[in-house]
Amino acid sequence: MARALINVPAKAKRGEIIEIKTLIQHEMETGFRVGTNGQVIPRDIITDFICKYNGEEIFRADLHPAISANPFFTFFTVATESGTISFEWSGDNGFAVSETATITVE
Amino acid sequence: MRTGNVAVLVGVVIGATAVAAEIPLSERKSGYDFMGPDTRAMQDDDTTNPGMLWVLDGEALWKRKAGAANKSCADCHGDAGTSMKGVAARYPAFDAGRGRPIDLEQRVNICRADRQQATPLPFEGKELLALTAYIGRQSRGMPIEIGDDERTKPFLEAGRDLFNRRQGQLNLSCAQCHDDNWGQKLAGAPVPQGHATGYPLYRLEWQSLGSLQRRLRNCIVGMRAEPYAFGASEYVDLELYLMWRARGMKVETPAVRP
Repeated sequence: MARALINVPAKAKRGEIIEIKTLIQHEMETGFRVGTNGQVIPRDIITDFICKYNGEEIFRADLHPAISANPFFTFFTVATESGTISFEWSGDNGFAVSETATITVE
Repeated sequence: MRTGNVAVLVGVVIGATAVAAEIPLSERKSGYDFMGPDTRAMQDDDTTNPGMLWVLDGEALWKRKAGAANKSCADCHGDAGTSMKGVAARYPAFDAGRGRPIDLEQRVNICRADRQQATPLPFEGKELLALTAYIGRQSRGMPIEIGDDERTKPFLEAGRDLFNRRQGQLNLSCAQCHDDNWGQKLAGAPVPQGHATGYPLYRLEWQSLGSLQRRLRNCIVGMRAEPYAFGASEYVDLELYLMWRARGMKVETPAVRP
């Protein structure tokens, strides 16, 4: 199971712009490299990242082979209401990781 | 033609200075001070520092039972937050059993073989990097203490010799870059002073965590010399000298470097 690090402020004022940071452990094998045995190493990357705020999608990214290992995303949103922010990563070979964070909006 | 150009370039670099002199203690700088603000911010925040992924893995490994003895690190050492505090700042340290200094990687593997009766972890493998990163993290912010241990003196001197010895097809010594020409540029990147304060560290170029020996291997290949095998005594002597050279500087493990 890949590890993920999430940084969402625990508290925010209503209407405040908050920064969300996510980092996930993944090799991001491009599929273009050749191993010591002369065989191409098969592609193994994360292909999709989705962030939802109380079930509503607020950020999505398509990932490609040129993206580095352990992809890091940072983005901004407006703190509208208290609730859950969920993160989903999915990719090759059935890779699927989800994490959640809670935020209190005052 | 190409080699001719390289020889001229090296001649210019070397010609700029006279003899290797150690950097005065007050002028020492960590590799951190040579980085841009983005990379510094990445290292400073535990939720953006990719090295923390290995630290978390290390924490899980610390508690996992292994080997014929069916013991975990925690079974003997307890909470790493107290038992491992300051440990990485003292390594490489003298090991009476081997009669020479050993680095943290070797210490972990000796523990594994003797106490856990498990197979040693391979150098640069994920598990050994994770454990050393986790142990190193417990000393973050503490000053490096490579003291005046009489028993390690000969090995420290051997490390110093290696640091100052010209080697490889480029006929370069470590000191020519890291003592004499730090702050200058090599292929567009600043040459740091070569203080090993943050290992194992996450190198953006590697897209992975790596040990000090991996870094040394990089430099040695760069001078076009034959690298030693991982765990070679020459590396440990050099690690000892580098840590002594950085004595009093703060441990940054897991650091981030470009």
